Amino acid sequence: MEAGTLSPRRELTPVERLRAAANRRPAVAAAAFLGLIVIVLVGAKGLHDVAQTGLIGLSLGAVYALGAVGLTLVYAILRLVNFAHGDFLTFGAYMAYLINVTWGMPLVLGILFAMATTAVLGIFLERVMWGPMRVRGAGVLQLILMSIGLALVIRYVVQYAWGTEVRQLDVNVTDTVSFLGLTIGRTQLIVIVVGIVVLVATGMMLRYALLGKRMRALADNLELAETAGIDTSRVILWTWIFAGGLAGLAGVMAAAVSDVRPELGFELLVIIFAAVVLGGIGDAFGALAAGLVLGVAIEWSTLVIDARWKILVSFVVLIIALVIRPQGIFGKAKSI
Amino acid sequence: MTGHELPVAITFAELGSIGFWTSVGILAATYTIFALGLQMNVGYTGIFNFGQAGFMAVGAYSMAILTTGGPEGEGLINFWLALPLAVLITIAFGLVVGLPSLRLRADYFAIATLAAAEAVRLFALNARSLTGGNQGLIGFGDEWDSVSQTIEGWLESLGWSDPETLFPLLIVAWIAAGILTLALKVVQDTPWGRVLRAVREDEDAARALGKNPFMYKVQSLSIAGTTGAIAGFFLALNLNFVNPTEFEPLVTFTGFAILILGGLANYYGVAIGSLIFWTIFEGLRFIELPIDEQQVAALRFIIVGLALILLMAFRPQGMFGKREEMVLGE
Repeated sequence: MEAGTLSPRRELTPVERLRAAANRRPAVAAAAFLGLIVIVLVGAKGLHDVAQTGLIGLSLGAVYALGAVGLTLVYAILRLVNFAHGDFLTFGAYMAYLINVTWGMPLVLGILFAMATTAVLGIFLERVMWGPMRVRGAGVLQLILMSIGLALVIRYVVQYAWGTEVRQLDVNVTDTVSFLGLTIGRTQLIVIVVGIVVLVATGMMLRYALLGKRMRALADNLELAETAGIDTSRVILWTWIFAGGLAGLAGVMAAAVSDVRPELGFELLVIIFAAVVLGGIGDAFGALAAGLVLGVAIEWSTLVIDARWKILVSFVVLIIALVIRPQGIFGKAKSI
Repeated sequence: MTGHELPVAITFAELGSIGFWTSVGILAATYTIFALGLQMNVGYTGIFNFGQAGFMAVGAYSMAILTTGGPEGEGLINFWLALPLAVLITIAFGLVVGLPSLRLRADYFAIATLAAAEAVRLFALNARSLTGGNQGLIGFGDEWDSVSQTIEGWLESLGWSDPETLFPLLIVAWIAAGILTLALKVVQDTPWGRVLRAVREDEDAARALGKNPFMYKVQSLSIAGTTGAIAGFFLALNLNFVNPTEFEPLVTFTGFAILILGGLANYYGVAIGSLIFWTIFEGLRFIELPIDEQQVAALRFIIVGLALILLMAFRPQGMFGKREEMVLGE
């Protein structure tokens, strides 16, 4: 690239011009690419199928996005790649199961309890593990291995308590809602609506609320934020509350549209990582958008390939994203 | 089982049986080979390979598919020819994964390799006509069985009247583990091995000396792929089948627990870590607790997780690792 500026000016080929434009505005390029796929799919499979699978995809995407926002926030602020984040989802799902099925109370209470307890779990771990390790100047990779140990502990404590049995939350799985010729399960629709409302609220909080601004300040430069008089340990606690709460909610939603099992969260982790990387690691808005897009893309893929391959699609997306644009769709090129 | 008058009791009789130690020994040897590659990657090159279970899967499946010709196959090629071919396939897979992802920062590389390994497992689960799906593959071990019987014959001629069926596998697995440990140790002391450590310590310095860190990382990953594939062969021969559930990310994490337990940047530590790990892990079965079998299984992994956390917090260099060669704490 540097060589190009030295050599005499020459006309760029259309391909080069396109590539340069795509690099200047990656989000626009991604949207254009997505739009192209939609047009091709609609042409080949019809509008109804594309809209129907896209709608189902949104219910998956809402779960991915909720999981991804928390994971990416923790990374941005604490430089911690938390491999235990998937198991936060599992923990939340079982907390909701406890309230909703074992004690027979409404699912809404179960959701609130799951969010609260997962947030408390996040704070507890910050106090006993992550905080002390940061003080001792632990390396990124040391923390990754600790988070893997933690993932095992959470998953198998859950398995110890509840066994490997596949369980169901007490949700309505038979009722469907029809509109505009599309059909979707009532629970799935609730998941989409709740997910998108919470995601928009989180986005607004990060953009406009003082806490959100402080979080972004910490993400930019923790020391500088501290010098500027921000109570960083307080913001870090709030980060865990958000990451834990959103993970708890995502866990319950994932369980509501599938089932409750000890592997639930860990199986979602790679897809959530895909959303985080696609959105630009540490970029909460990116993770949010990428999670939704990924959910829809996974469901769309079933129009073209056998449904049993659909999870592989997210892995392929992750690997391609890492290869061509590791800084994410919206990220600026920096040292990765 | 006896000993119900006490809530906690250990039945020592089982701990003395040859069957128990044979199975522990085979697992320990398999995971020694598995983690030797991780040692080269993590301990000596400073790259975080979280996809070792994927390499193991590619090696084991390639061997099984080449030998049997798939679930309905009539047999394709000879088992002994399938082994080196499977290693080459695994190395090729390692290149496909490594060439794009080794350019990334360490944490991205960890995520990419984990995703690649999971992609392999999901592929094995779904490509039923090739891999048998969740039924797995069987019937690749005939050639090995005849060798195993020959070794059993020798053991009998040495005066062991009724040798353990798996004892020959134990012997061969440990011979392989020993040879690989020594080979890696020798390689590490060559100029090539010293450049590897230079890459770990300071990539820019290595580059300034005219070495290409990227190429060294690729070679290091290929060697890890090789040991992963060989570990996969022993896993497959031990179980007599290959199945997607044997290659979950948990396997890689177990390898990391062994690696850290034995200590980073020490090839001999791997075998010791593996022996200690599997003795404790399998021995836990004999502690009679007032809980059911499923809970014991869960408890074992809770202990692995806690051990990983505590080791990382208080002794990240493991038992025999060198603090000054730490790659984790920078």
